[in-house]
Amino acid sequence: MSAHPDLAKLIFGRLTLDSLPLHEPIVVITFIGVAIGALAVLGAITYFKLWGYLWREWFTSIDHKKIGIMYMVLGFVMLLRGFADAIMMRAQQAVAFNGSTGYLPPEHYDQIFTAHGVIMIFFVAMPMVTGLMNFVMPLQIGARDVAFPFLNNFSFWMTVAGAMLVMASLFIGEFARTGWLAYPPLSDIASSPDAGVDYYIWALQIAGVGTLLSGINLLVTIVKMRAPGMTMMKMPVFTWTALCTNVLIVAAFPVLTAVLAMLALDRYVGTNFFTTELGGNAMMYVNLIWIWGHPEVYILVLPVFGIYSEVTATFSRKPLFGYASMVYATVVITVLSYLVWLHHFFTMGSGASVNSFFGITTMIISIPTGAKIFNWLFTMYRGRVVFDLPMMWTVAFMITFVIGGMTGVLLAVPPADFSLHNSLFLIAHFHNVIIGGVLFGLFAGIYYWFPKAFGFRLDPFWGKCAFWFWVTGFYFAFMPLYVLGLMGVTRRLNHFSDPSLQIWFQIAAFGAFLILLGIISMLIQIGVSILRREQLRDVTGDPWDGRTLEWSTSSPPPPYNFAFTPRVHDHDAWWMMKKHQYQRPIGGFLPIHMPLNTSTGIILGGLSFVFGFAMIWYMWLVAALSFAALLIVAIAHTFNYHRDYYLPAEEVSRVEALRTELLARHV
Amino acid sequence: MSDISSTFPADRGPSQALVFHETKDLHPENGTLLGFWVYLMSDCLVFACLFAAYGVLGREYAGGPTGMEVLEIPTVALNTTLLLLSSITYGFAVLEMQRDRQNPMLVWLVITGLLGAGFLTIELREFAHLIAEGNGPQRSAFLSSFFTLVGTHGLHVTCGILWMIVLIVQVLKKGLITANKRRLMCLSMFWHFLDVVWVGVFSFVYLMGVLP
Amino acid sequence: MLMSPSGDLAVQQRNLIITSTVLMLLIIVPVIALTLLFAWHFRASNKKATYDPDWDHSTILELLIWSAPLLIIIALGAITWVSTHKLDPYRPLDRIAAGRPVPTEARPLTVNVVALDWKWLFIYPEQGIATVNELAAPVDRPISFNITASTVMNSFFIPALAGQIYAMPGMQTTLQAVINRPGEFEGFSANYSGRGFSGMHFTFHGMSEDGFAQWVQKAKASGGDLSRDAYVKLAEPSENEPPRYYATVAPGLYQAILTHCLQPDSPSCMSRMHTKNGGEATGMAGMSMPPTTPH
Repeated sequence: MSAHPDLAKLIFGRLTLDSLPLHEPIVVITFIGVAIGALAVLGAITYFKLWGYLWREWFTSIDHKKIGIMYMVLGFVMLLRGFADAIMMRAQQAVAFNGSTGYLPPEHYDQIFTAHGVIMIFFVAMPMVTGLMNFVMPLQIGARDVAFPFLNNFSFWMTVAGAMLVMASLFIGEFARTGWLAYPPLSDIASSPDAGVDYYIWALQIAGVGTLLSGINLLVTIVKMRAPGMTMMKMPVFTWTALCTNVLIVAAFPVLTAVLAMLALDRYVGTNFFTTELGGNAMMYVNLIWIWGHPEVYILVLPVFGIYSEVTATFSRKPLFGYASMVYATVVITVLSYLVWLHHFFTMGSGASVNSFFGITTMIISIPTGAKIFNWLFTMYRGRVVFDLPMMWTVAFMITFVIGGMTGVLLAVPPADFSLHNSLFLIAHFHNVIIGGVLFGLFAGIYYWFPKAFGFRLDPFWGKCAFWFWVTGFYFAFMPLYVLGLMGVTRRLNHFSDPSLQIWFQIAAFGAFLILLGIISMLIQIGVSILRREQLRDVTGDPWDGRTLEWSTSSPPPPYNFAFTPRVHDHDAWWMMKKHQYQRPIGGFLPIHMPLNTSTGIILGGLSFVFGFAMIWYMWLVAALSFAALLIVAIAHTFNYHRDYYLPAEEVSRVEALRTELLARHV
Repeated sequence: MSDISSTFPADRGPSQALVFHETKDLHPENGTLLGFWVYLMSDCLVFACLFAAYGVLGREYAGGPTGMEVLEIPTVALNTTLLLLSSITYGFAVLEMQRDRQNPMLVWLVITGLLGAGFLTIELREFAHLIAEGNGPQRSAFLSSFFTLVGTHGLHVTCGILWMIVLIVQVLKKGLITANKRRLMCLSMFWHFLDVVWVGVFSFVYLMGVLP
Repeated sequence: MLMSPSGDLAVQQRNLIITSTVLMLLIIVPVIALTLLFAWHFRASNKKATYDPDWDHSTILELLIWSAPLLIIIALGAITWVSTHKLDPYRPLDRIAAGRPVPTEARPLTVNVVALDWKWLFIYPEQGIATVNELAAPVDRPISFNITASTVMNSFFIPALAGQIYAMPGMQTTLQAVINRPGEFEGFSANYSGRGFSGMHFTFHGMSEDGFAQWVQKAKASGGDLSRDAYVKLAEPSENEPPRYYATVAPGLYQAILTHCLQPDSPSCMSRMHTKNGGEATGMAGMSMPPTTPH
């Protein structure tokens, strides 16, 4: 062998032209579609000369509000991808009967359900939850930014790098065919020698760094940067849930990092953690990944409980019923979420006492959760409930979520789980809580805080269309799965032999179609709202007659959030200020200490993407170079001591005077 | 924060005297040390998982060598001494830092780094020796978990030394400014944390590993 | 199928699902009703409804909202503890159906189950036969399944008979069950295991004692020999396998599969032996481990 092919191997690793899925027409058509779309967007940005603006004002921004919005955009884009996977699966299962194996061969179908799970959890729900916490929480606690603004930007770009790796797997090579948690031995190199599982590992590891750092960042922000007077028991409930979520992130994600690192070592180095040979123990993986996985569920749902709390109080025109009980319920759930992981695999045969212990701890979680539901109920009680979009989603959530909660407790009864485990009943259950709980809540939160972020509301007509399509679509899509689960139909099947099941899958596919209409309505809604933004404009900064501090600033808030740091006397701080006829200060402004933008975050994110991609394809030279570059950029960044500046008092006066004028014009 | 809220106790009554914003410039406390501490705790959980893996797999020899056969306590005892000493010398560096004595501080830092490098050298020799004998991490689940746990700690020490070099350069360039002091305190926590983890590794892996 | 089962265990599991659901509906139905009622009655346009803008606490009500779910969970927890122990798949049966204890002279039928890529192998040690993708058992006789897998994890599930349990390589789970009605029932893998997963079906026949004896005879008459070599060939990945019979089975085959000892000198075999002998045999086995490939 001459030196030349060796060099090619070092640069390209195992990536060859054969790795491109040119033989799969569906993928090729998708690629052409995505490529045309991407070119159109990039072309438009170039044509309108937006690159400089985007780079300066967004990509390198360390403003928590802009980072929060970028997280939301990432989540929404990935939602479209994840939903495309969903509708392909529903279509496959609706037609693959009577000897037909459908239009998706197993090697493609298996990638789709894996990618769907990974994308929806890691790159839709997580970015959206993080994005809302990022945008709202500092405003709620009267802070001017998060504790570590640069870290915030870096975390975001790491999440993007992970998401981009998953997207790259669609067109270069393949994604994992293992299910979303990649259980070994199936994910070991012996059973999955292709690049798919490596895409999975590196995408999650890189995004995981971002998630962990953002968890630390937001945790410290809440602990250290609350406005004077805001003691723990005066924090808004959303901030409380954000605190608990970030504690969970910090305490759970390292477990994911460690377990994926061990899986990576098994695959790359040939160690024997989870192999079936030489003493490895695959069940250790299952235990460890669920020690991360179960808290992850609460990482997603707790902040959303916070959103419902804010929305219910605001739109019922009443303080939240049972604030203390709400806080304790949140904390109890946080702690208990670590004691239930085994309920994901009762069928491993752990013995009756172990199984019943974990079954009962799981049921106990439903007590604080039930208390929360009652608290929202009694917040509406004797209120004046205004059914704007956020409140509509909240009521839909309360009804839908209790059904999911009930089926969840049912699954926690081990002997019942022996029958229902891995069935479509389980699928229906967790979609019931994740769509009916997390996603509905995220929508409520988006409609609630959108005017704060952009200065205008989202169009209510298309919002109502989206709401009804989504909610009915959800019931059509998932109630049949409960039925199928009770008929003993298992998950992840590519085709079916019993023709009597087909009607249920067709109903479910119809439900998915309704959800598609819901998503389209949302896209139209965004477009229509931008066009009608002058009619929908919020000049007061407080469009819903809100109760917490974020409504005391303008919409959108100035870069420094608050010209003067607020002082808090009780929860519902802004409500109290309004009750006391609080007068906005119009003079005496001081220079404000602000962090400077930096491009280090996006550069590190980009290099991480290259490094991850190189590791996936065994491009050792590229991997080594990009890793060295990562180190150098990170170290070089620490030599930059000039990271902040003072926004001059004149600039603050100018911005505040504009707002004063605006308010005066519209009163 | 607390002093302000105590001057203005929470008042539910409709008193007009309530003040709703600060009129002075207010800087929240710096959260770096807390943040770094939280990071260390998350890192601790990574080690906890690796310890757990070792606990599960530590006796899965798969016909390969046992702990008794491959672990050399005298070498590791020397190694442990080096690392424990380096924690003490870092302590001296911090003392000098608090007295704003830059050069003695740097000397202690260099000594700490050298002790750390000594630790790494011995560890790498142990690894090389094991691999040369065919007892690499691929040999059995016991050796996989052993190499990963000890190796992850070693990787942390490597990062610590790299960080130390960077900080020495930064102190030389900028002096003992607040930012550098804060970084030195973070590295201090990191270094002592590695020491604590090593005590766990030494007792759990080495001392218990040579038991039959 | 799950809701109209034919095996005693599955019947009890079905009843448990119904009991638990009813118990939970006690709280779920009122919550849904109250949500709708409150949302409607306290809507902003209904000015007749009481509006109490500062009411946010009531000790009695809060006690009630914590204790109501608590009571349900206490009841459900008790049911869980008892039923989990009673329906533990490892526990030998004490009845074959409601009111019918296991006859004292009854010996359970042992079946060793191996999940292969992607089909099921059933070994009947007493009868000395083996089958692929077809399982049979006499009605009302306890069956004792020992379950393992060759390469990746699967889950052994016959909804009409009893709940599922994982089939894991190198490990053994067991399931004690009984079928009460003759018939053909569907069995499959309930844990995704790779590309051939969707075709991992088998038929489970509940038969009379005579029918079962005839079925065994049929297997003996028409089947081949399941030697170790034949097993290695069988274990190679294949999809949608039709049922197949083996008249004889190599002695100790199941144990060898379970302990990865099909080739007794392979290092992975010794990994299952935690004895001193295993350690001493190392030298002979040699250092070079063959690359792990799927069987």
